[in-house]
Amino acid sequence: MLTHKKTNVEKLAENLGNEPIAGRSLWRDAMHRFSRNKAAMAGLVVLGLIVLFAAIGPFVAAWHYSDIDWSLMGNAASAGQPSIANGHYFGIDDLGRDLFARTVQGSQISLLVGTIGALIAVVIGTLYGATAGYFGGRVDSIMMRTVDILMSIPYMFFLILLLVMFGRSILLIFIGIGAISWLEMARIVRGQTLSIKNKEYIEAAIASGVRPFKIVLRHVVPNLLGVVIVYATLLVPQMILTESFISFLGLGVQEPQTSWGALINDGAGTMRYGTLWQLMFPLGFFIATLLSFFFVGDGLRDALDPKDR
Amino acid sequence: MTEHTQADTLASPTRTREKLLSVRDLKVYFDIFPKGAMPWTKPRKLKAVNGVSFDLYEGETLGVVGESGCGKSTLARAVIRMLPVEGGEVVWLGQDLAPLKDKAMRNHRKDIQMIFQDPLASLNPRMTIGQIIAEPLETHYPDLSRAEVKERVAEMMKTVGLLPNQINRYPHEFSGGQCQRIGIARALVLKPKMIICDEPVSALDVSIQAQVINLLMSLQKKMGLSLIFIAHDLSVVKHISTRIMVLYLGNVMEVADSADIYRQPRHPYTQALISAVPIPDPKIERNKEVILIEGDLPSPINPPSGCVFRTRCPRAEAKCAEQKPELIFAQGTHQVACHFHD
Repeated sequence: MLTHKKTNVEKLAENLGNEPIAGRSLWRDAMHRFSRNKAAMAGLVVLGLIVLFAAIGPFVAAWHYSDIDWSLMGNAASAGQPSIANGHYFGIDDLGRDLFARTVQGSQISLLVGTIGALIAVVIGTLYGATAGYFGGRVDSIMMRTVDILMSIPYMFFLILLLVMFGRSILLIFIGIGAISWLEMARIVRGQTLSIKNKEYIEAAIASGVRPFKIVLRHVVPNLLGVVIVYATLLVPQMILTESFISFLGLGVQEPQTSWGALINDGAGTMRYGTLWQLMFPLGFFIATLLSFFFVGDGLRDALDPKDR
Repeated sequence: MTEHTQADTLASPTRTREKLLSVRDLKVYFDIFPKGAMPWTKPRKLKAVNGVSFDLYEGETLGVVGESGCGKSTLARAVIRMLPVEGGEVVWLGQDLAPLKDKAMRNHRKDIQMIFQDPLASLNPRMTIGQIIAEPLETHYPDLSRAEVKERVAEMMKTVGLLPNQINRYPHEFSGGQCQRIGIARALVLKPKMIICDEPVSALDVSIQAQVINLLMSLQKKMGLSLIFIAHDLSVVKHISTRIMVLYLGNVMEVADSADIYRQPRHPYTQALISAVPIPDPKIERNKEVILIEGDLPSPINPPSGCVFRTRCPRAEAKCAEQKPELIFAQGTHQVACHFHD
């Protein structure tokens, strides 16, 4: 037994010198800090459940989101309450359509708008801002003045005009929101880049002859990704809000498709007729998602920037 | 221009080694815009380096000393073209680097590398040290296979005294001295001819300083490197340098062999600097005479006329304000820029 142990120790000692030791990256440290933040973890769990709801909801729903239940149509207030028995888990809407299926569909659209809007913002905004900030001088001036000009356009007005002119479509909303969302991101990223580009490791990269664009991608972007991620998680609810507002105005997604904003609009319209569930279910999902994103964003900021608490 | 030829003819007979770098009348100016300047206002020029000339031979170490703000780091960065050069020549192996475009300069970068002052700040915190050391290799030899790169990185890590199994660790997991070794490994992995060390030890503990300096010296011997060693610690510079150049407000005050300059400093500024070096013997230290320099460094935006040191010089006379002293050969290879040198 003893000899056996000794050989193990010897093996360990031999291997100590040869086996590469896995390093602890700053990302891993941040993840560890994040996992200890209870509010942020709860937010993450809620978000996961909502995504799950949007993903597997269509298979659970007893009705299709565009089908009208003719037997209940017209008396939503008296017979359309949420019930397991007739398959309308969340009740029916004013036209007699299943609210559960419609909430699932609305969640899909809203989450999609939020994430795609944020993704466009992250990709375009990061590359644009990092390029402007790193190269500086005239390039910076031209690029950032362009952003200023684009920002001075009242974007809600622009989006509404777009939808009125080309007709309501979800694609147009993606394009409109994406075109606007990256502006703020570009500004934030440029500011961060200005502070990063004077660091000595950038100088070291220049001194060893690394190409400028590679410096941006390898040295600048990874070091500002923390800020970008935090801002992106706060951008998602903003995108969802924008889409909801447009839908609330009646300009968003096309019927029979829907989104949280459109559902809330419908629910708010029939609030006085005793069908409060038509408002409460979509509103609950909407608020839960927004709060979760805010908590997650907050947690990420604390985790990625421990000095800044 | 007279000084140009003088330096060439006088310095070369005593040295048989190849001249790597020859800097002539190098000027680096920065534009300073006054507060609230309009876009069309002409900027004022800050003369960070104002007409510096020196040579660097193969295998030697040129120490550059001077108080903070005298242009040591600016000089180094201008030599490797990280700052725009206002005027003058930087001749590297017969080719002037000063007018080169960034792209053309990139090809020369594998021969000239740099080590930085803050060891941790000079390493990208998001990269493993394997990636950091491999980066120059991947940049200049993109054809190398991944295994070859890894092998050369491991070999380099051993050379600078790091365990190769630390390859996947991140910079924040190392001490300052180890970080500086990583920086040295990154600079050496391309087998350059010259390394510029910008105060490589001033951020380290004294005991670690000695380790890093000795490592640099042994590597220099092994690989035949030339070093430009910038520091403000005179005893460190004395230990490592073959020759020493003293800068003051962007101008060369004195250039001489290391032993020579310590034994017999000729410029009043150098004399004051050397008299201020502490001696590790309390008896001698207490009785030694320190030459104090009064006042502060003048502003490089508006430097004094004539000799830049005259405002604080104990020997200043009317001539010093009128005429700028040339860097002349006082004796042998000992160069000094003073009208009234010893």
